[in-house]
Amino acid sequence: MTRGSRLHIPHPPARPGEEPDFSYLETSPAGAIARPDINAKTADIEHLAVELIRVLDDDHNAVGPWDPRLDPGELQIGLRHMLLTRIFDARMQRIQRQGKITFYMQSTGEEAVSVAQGMALRPSDMCFPSYRNQGLYMVRGRNLVDLMCQCLSNTRDMCKGRQLPIMYHWAEGNIFSISGNLGTQFPQAVGWAMAAAIKGEDHIAASWIGDGTTAEADFHYAITFASVYRAPVILNVVNNQWAISTFQGFAGGEKRPFAARGPGVGIPGLRVDGNDFLAVHAATQWAAERARRGGGATLIEHVTYRQAAHSTSDDPSRYRPKNDAAAWPLGDPVERLKDHLIKIGEWSEDRHEALIKELEHVVQAAWKESNKYGTLTEGPWLDNDLMFDDVLKELPPHLEKQRAELRALEE
Amino acid sequence: MAQMNMIQALNSAMDVMLDRDRSVVIIGEDVGYFGGVFRCTDGLQRKYGEHRVIDAPIAEGGIVATAIGMGVNGLRPIAEIQFADYIYPGFDQIVSELARLRYRSAGDFWSPVTIRTPCGGGIRGGQTHSQSPEGIFTHVSGLRVVMPSNPYDAKGLLISCIESDDPVVFFEPKRIYNGPFDGDPDKPAIPWSTHAKGEVPDGHYTIPLGLAEIVETGSEITIITYGTMVHVSQAAAKTAGIDAEIIDVRSLAPLDVDTLVASVKKTGRCLIVHEATRFSGFGAELAATIQEECFWNLEAPIGRVAGWDTPYPHAFEWEYFPGQKRVIAALSNIMEAK
Ligand SMILES: Cc1ncc(C[n+]2csc(CCOP(=O)(O)OP(=O)(O)O)c2C)c(N)n1
Ligand SMILES: [Mg+2]
Repeated sequence: MTRGSRLHIPHPPARPGEEPDFSYLETSPAGAIARPDINAKTADIEHLAVELIRVLDDDHNAVGPWDPRLDPGELQIGLRHMLLTRIFDARMQRIQRQGKITFYMQSTGEEAVSVAQGMALRPSDMCFPSYRNQGLYMVRGRNLVDLMCQCLSNTRDMCKGRQLPIMYHWAEGNIFSISGNLGTQFPQAVGWAMAAAIKGEDHIAASWIGDGTTAEADFHYAITFASVYRAPVILNVVNNQWAISTFQGFAGGEKRPFAARGPGVGIPGLRVDGNDFLAVHAATQWAAERARRGGGATLIEHVTYRQAAHSTSDDPSRYRPKNDAAAWPLGDPVERLKDHLIKIGEWSEDRHEALIKELEHVVQAAWKESNKYGTLTEGPWLDNDLMFDDVLKELPPHLEKQRAELRALEE
Repeated sequence: MAQMNMIQALNSAMDVMLDRDRSVVIIGEDVGYFGGVFRCTDGLQRKYGEHRVIDAPIAEGGIVATAIGMGVNGLRPIAEIQFADYIYPGFDQIVSELARLRYRSAGDFWSPVTIRTPCGGGIRGGQTHSQSPEGIFTHVSGLRVVMPSNPYDAKGLLISCIESDDPVVFFEPKRIYNGPFDGDPDKPAIPWSTHAKGEVPDGHYTIPLGLAEIVETGSEITIITYGTMVHVSQAAAKTAGIDAEIIDVRSLAPLDVDTLVASVKKTGRCLIVHEATRFSGFGAELAATIQEECFWNLEAPIGRVAGWDTPYPHAFEWEYFPGQKRVIAALSNIMEAK
């Protein structure tokens, strides 16, 4: 039966022990692609879904029509948020390894996506993130102590102990609650955007999923509803090349870029260099303006690379070459923005070092403070009664009884 | 015979079946090259090829649906859903399609799919890596639902499921993958090698579907349970010094009513223990059946110990998990009833 099988099984270009090989990656030179009018017809800009929008060239200059022309101060803020995200991630990873939190997921190498997009959106725009968008929290200024307390499930935990680490939410900051179930937020963001349009408000929604998650039905619900109702939403696929052990070919990325799913249903698709802060910012601005002016949804594919393990439960050396990340042709988003700032005379190695030190200090101080609200092993503890709240708006009789049963047991 | 943990026993069951029957295939997320996030399919792709142990896109509905189609076309698919918490995108395909295909086509079409999925808590997995949704599936006509509590049963039952022409949802209590667990997280973990049922034959054997097992004989009360809670119940009865007859249901649907009823008729008392939430949980079906069949033999109301009716909370894992303390309290309650 299997001999002579005509079934195609996708194969990643390199496995452990082999040399990294990214020859499959189609790129375009920086600055090479025209930036269309925001009212362009989807049919006229289908090429944007297969080319690669890039602004930063190999000499660290910002080139071409997609250059968002941000002033250096803004770029420095972007760099700061990306570095903070990275340092925060690294610290929380270590903390998990020390057994002080149960789980963690880093966004290393993908910081430009959340940070540049967070900065290109308005604070009133609603974000429906995945579990790898912590950069949004940095941009919108959530206290790091709040994030750490969520990871600790302690007495200051925004989730009241109910969620795994990193499953944050922030109602005031317009960032939706993260689900553990992949992809569910994508069509929900479309619904939020439809409501904004129904209510006549000019807020837009944005959502993020990974390459692997595009296989879920929710992805297809999202792009279909977004197209049908011309919903003001930006739908982002963060193609970091890997799901857990399966590469993007297992979501159909071998045959067509994920961005090309957009034109397939009648919404523009932009394929963007996800490690190019300026390109991500510019593409988001384009899509946001189009959505706000009634042009409807855009699907953006961010081509990037997951440098770290999938999560603290994962060991990528089992399924990809150890030096894969270092060989990634689109480099590192932090390094690239830093090099650009140095190139234009607005940054230096010394200032960079000093910033890293400062942010490490900030993260360390936040960790120290977070611990005061309790850790896995030391109190203060959350009140067990909290377990029964928020199942429904008001405690129903059967839960009241169960809560009393638990209280009695503890006496 | 070999010492195996539950992961190895499940792996061995699939190995045996892939080897014996060319129509057996495995499909699921990360099951192929990687060998599964819990390593249940470790080494199988290398041995049987990537056309028989197939990595899937992340789409549970797609996995179940394509497994159904493969089954209709003569294969015998084992579909892995990475966590039971992620089975819901496949729910429509399971409930409306897989479960009813034989019935709606008057037996002309059917698909012998076995869906394997890790379930249950106690691993600090939070609300999306801890659920026990078996009761949602036992409520569906046309499915077999199975949950083993040890390596020996896991292998024998899984082989029966794969060989069965009926669709099966096979739940694997992941907390006991590596060793039996009595509900006390502070005790050092014990390996399966300390347990009689950690002895597993290397080759083919089956445990018939639809049969419960009496894991402890006793005279004072019958505890009906399954999965991780078998071990918690055994420890609780021992601690409480109660001569309990403990029954591991194993096959939840169809259910071995005779074994349960005979035991309750003998002991006159009954406690039902499961990890899943209580309201409309599988325990409700068990209690109703026992009440109908054993009413005149009962000396006390039937008791139930189950998860609280909340989502599975990350920080309150051990307040949520129905541990020994709760089982003992329920046992004393029933024993004291006159
Ligand atoms: C419905 C569902 N199925 C499976 C999983 C298990 N799972 C968690 S993350 C993941 C991989 C996701 O890959 P991708 O979408 O590429 O996102 P990335 O992790 O790379 O950011 C899988 C399979 C899940 N959380 N939810
Ligand atoms: Mg990915």
